[in-house]
Amino acid sequence: MTTLSTSSAGNAKPNALMRDEMWAFLVMTALLVAVPFSGIYPFFVMQALCFALFGCAFNLLIGYGGLLSFGHAMFLGTAGYVTAHALKVWGVSPEIGIVLGVGASAALGLITGLIAIRRQGIYFSMITLALSQLIYFIYLQAPFTHGEDGIQGVPQGMLFGFIDLSKPITLYYVVLAFFLLGFLVIYRTINSPFGEVLKAIRENEPRAISLGYKADQYKLMAFVLSAGLVGLAGAVKVFVAQNASLTDVHWTMSGEVVLIALVGGLGTVFGPVVGAFIIIAMQQYLASFGQWVLVIQGVIFVVCVLTFRRGVIGEIGHYFKRSL
Amino acid sequence: MQALYAQLLVGLINGSFYALLSLGLAVIFGMLNIINFAHGALYMMGAFVAYFLLQYLGLSYWWALIFAPIVVGLFGVLLERTMLQWLTGLDHLYGLLLTFGIALIVQGLFQNYFGSSGLPYAIPDLLKGGVNLGFMYLPIYRGWVVVFSLVVCLATWYMIEKTQLGAYLRAATENPTLVRAFGINVPRMITLTYGLGVGLAALAGVLSAPINQVRPLMGADLIIVVFAVVVIGGMGSIMGSIITGFALGVIEGLTKYFYPEASNTVVFVLMVLVLLVKPTGLTGRAA
Amino acid sequence: MPKKISALMLGTALALAAATGAVAQDKNIKVGVLTDMSGLYADLGGPGSVIAAQMAIEDSGLAAKGWKIDIVSADHQNKPDVGTNIGRQWIDVEKVDIFVDVLNSGVGLAINNLAKEKNVVMINSGAATSDLTNAQCSPNTIHWVYDTYMLANSTGDALVKAGGDSWYFLTADYAFGHALERDTSAVVTKAGGKVLGAVKHPLNTADFSSFLLQAQASKAKIVGLSNAGGDTTNSIKQAAEFGIVKGGQKLAGLLLFITDVHSLGLNVAQGLNFTETFYWDLNDQTRAFAKKFSERSKTKAMPSMVQAGVYSGLIHYFKVLEANGGNPKDGAKVVSLMKNTKTDDTLFGKGEIQPNGRKIHPAYLFEVKKPAESKGPWDYYKLVGTTPADKAFRPLSESTCPLLKK
Repeated sequence: MTTLSTSSAGNAKPNALMRDEMWAFLVMTALLVAVPFSGIYPFFVMQALCFALFGCAFNLLIGYGGLLSFGHAMFLGTAGYVTAHALKVWGVSPEIGIVLGVGASAALGLITGLIAIRRQGIYFSMITLALSQLIYFIYLQAPFTHGEDGIQGVPQGMLFGFIDLSKPITLYYVVLAFFLLGFLVIYRTINSPFGEVLKAIRENEPRAISLGYKADQYKLMAFVLSAGLVGLAGAVKVFVAQNASLTDVHWTMSGEVVLIALVGGLGTVFGPVVGAFIIIAMQQYLASFGQWVLVIQGVIFVVCVLTFRRGVIGEIGHYFKRSL
Repeated sequence: MQALYAQLLVGLINGSFYALLSLGLAVIFGMLNIINFAHGALYMMGAFVAYFLLQYLGLSYWWALIFAPIVVGLFGVLLERTMLQWLTGLDHLYGLLLTFGIALIVQGLFQNYFGSSGLPYAIPDLLKGGVNLGFMYLPIYRGWVVVFSLVVCLATWYMIEKTQLGAYLRAATENPTLVRAFGINVPRMITLTYGLGVGLAALAGVLSAPINQVRPLMGADLIIVVFAVVVIGGMGSIMGSIITGFALGVIEGLTKYFYPEASNTVVFVLMVLVLLVKPTGLTGRAA
Repeated sequence: MPKKISALMLGTALALAAATGAVAQDKNIKVGVLTDMSGLYADLGGPGSVIAAQMAIEDSGLAAKGWKIDIVSADHQNKPDVGTNIGRQWIDVEKVDIFVDVLNSGVGLAINNLAKEKNVVMINSGAATSDLTNAQCSPNTIHWVYDTYMLANSTGDALVKAGGDSWYFLTADYAFGHALERDTSAVVTKAGGKVLGAVKHPLNTADFSSFLLQAQASKAKIVGLSNAGGDTTNSIKQAAEFGIVKGGQKLAGLLLFITDVHSLGLNVAQGLNFTETFYWDLNDQTRAFAKKFSERSKTKAMPSMVQAGVYSGLIHYFKVLEANGGNPKDGAKVVSLMKNTKTDDTLFGKGEIQPNGRKIHPAYLFEVKKPAESKGPWDYYKLVGTTPADKAFRPLSESTCPLLKK
């Protein structure tokens, strides 16, 4: 049995690798900084950035921990609901709202992680899916989420008391800053000793355990970290959409993030970012076709799994024998 | 107390669907090592095929019970031959992703062509009406569902555990290379197994058509519950998945009576509890 | 990108404008039909709402007077965030002036906020929530066809008066179901009836047998269905199986549409009671509209009340704009002008828009015909009772809408 074809070339030439990734990072940042001057609709890019962070955080788990979570929507939705509720009902400032949202997701990550990591492989996926469905039903019935109506008209407020988030351009740069922050945290994690141990566990869990690593603890830490970062994406998304709804907790959202990572390239640093832009753009342009979006997503899944397992960035990296 | 009997019986009805679906999942998993995410979509197709047979060919429910599993089973064979077989040797997760994609395609297509609100399918005349059992009014059709699915489950169990064919199947699961050495065509067995599992899902779909509206998303949420059932039961044993299916239906039925607010979450909560106590599931082998 | 349907012969319009020398700057209107194009409510609104909007534009006759009116439409997939994204883009990029249809309460409330923030108009004919003209009312929103309060009020009151004085509820276990149950219980009690109990079922339940057994055991005369969509149709279908109606109990749907009756079939739906504010076979005018509508419909369907509301709302909107020489850009101002003008159209008759944005008109309690009574396709309803406009909706004195406090 081969593992998921992630294209982290890993141990080869760390310096050259770092250099490539740094260049790629600079290009990506420059492009994103330039967006407001390009005439591209900024709300589209903001949304894509939230999903990109969502995808990157998900990818941390599958690409570097070998854990395919099919329930990551629960973290996105939890942070969204908590942040939206805190902003609207408690009237807290944006930074506090984000902290609360991230904290709630990480806490949920800890609880669900403790349960889910008791099984591996396919079982892990099914358990995370079932857990997120449980969370979905709880939110559906909980009064504070307002059921199908969702939390609407969330005030954007002043970040740190002086940054006015109701101005689209300001909001754009704030969202970009949070995205880059999350991205760098993930990048740093992957390249830390912690990340190396994760990869070792993914490749061969019994060997890692016999070397003295407490595999379960590492997996749990990765799970909580991933949940917290997804929470950051969910919390920031509240400022963009100004609402929190059941859409973000539904299993289709969990499927969507899998698709984002798969299209971009599982286990690639930049893959989920590219994947998010592809998928969100597709949804935008196909919005009027309704359920065809689902069909096309399904087709992409099938095509990716059958012929294109490395994803866009993975294939590019493979072609140039570089890791991105 | 009377109401309790009624709820127990009603629980068995739901349990029949869980049992048929988790049985199909277990059969497929045993042979292909794939978790068939498309199971819910194929269950839905079963119901739709029954509807088409009646609408366009005038074939009654009884014919649908035979033809729908065959038609959907053949569709399954096609899926296995054209797609799933290419995943042999890859990580099991790819099977999950692929079948998830297939589920999206199938459900999306049906939604586009038939809308979401569903099509009516009447109860066959022979099974119309109900009997008063003293403690409840039991629609005959519901009773039929329980009996029929029990028979199908047991027959499947018998075929796999007690017949020559079943012995090959089980052997091929354990050690495909060795079985191939005996001159048995393992890939063909895999294909047929997938067809069988899928056929069971379609059969459940036909059974549910007269109870529910025939809807494109009828299997989408159900499959997640069945996943939880499978995690609870463990996929190691055929009998295990049958019993767990029925048992969880009954537990869910009781919850609907005593604390209806939790009736859609009780299966998931049980799953969490089982995982905490016995991570391999009730009948499962160590992973 | 949302599909653009140029509803008019643009060339003719421009030629006319050029000929009269008028620069039709303020006579450009863009209508956005935001609806469910493919999901559970696509038959209720969906493509039919686009047809209704096109018919309203044609019947307004403004094209011949040099106005340029365009339609955009999109599928919000019943997701508030998708709806908000489309809505924001429509306003920012497409310069949409008015949102119509917007069914689904979640999406409706989201666009309610957006329309206020960006000062455009929403005439909502699809969302059920009475919050749109209550706690969350807005100077930019008019709620046209129905709401939960009205449905509970009309169905509950009329049925108690007809002898259905003991009720048991099957309630979808989330905010919407709770609200319907609460409002209906209040009306039933007020009218002198008794509520014997209620059971909450999860949203999207496939099997209602447990709940139906409990309803049956309650011996209530009326089983009130405080749920919607697939839950309602499933519970009706399974109630027939358990012999609820045969056993002498009556089913009352608290949110049910003609499209649901159509998909259930008369065999199952017969005897159901529920309220709508429009039925295609109500009078000559509605029949004439329905005939034209169904000729253009891909499925030859008759118009639902939501689609009728799209037509009727736009007719009023165009009438008011025409009287004021166009200029649709200041949404709040347009809405206040609309409130100051009495409504009168072929589908809903005479009515008015209250200060909180609630459009009022009579409500009708229907009973679904037996198969033998139906003379043809879509001949489904018997009129059982009518509640006059001023009694059907929430009285202004009970409304918590902040706009009323001025």
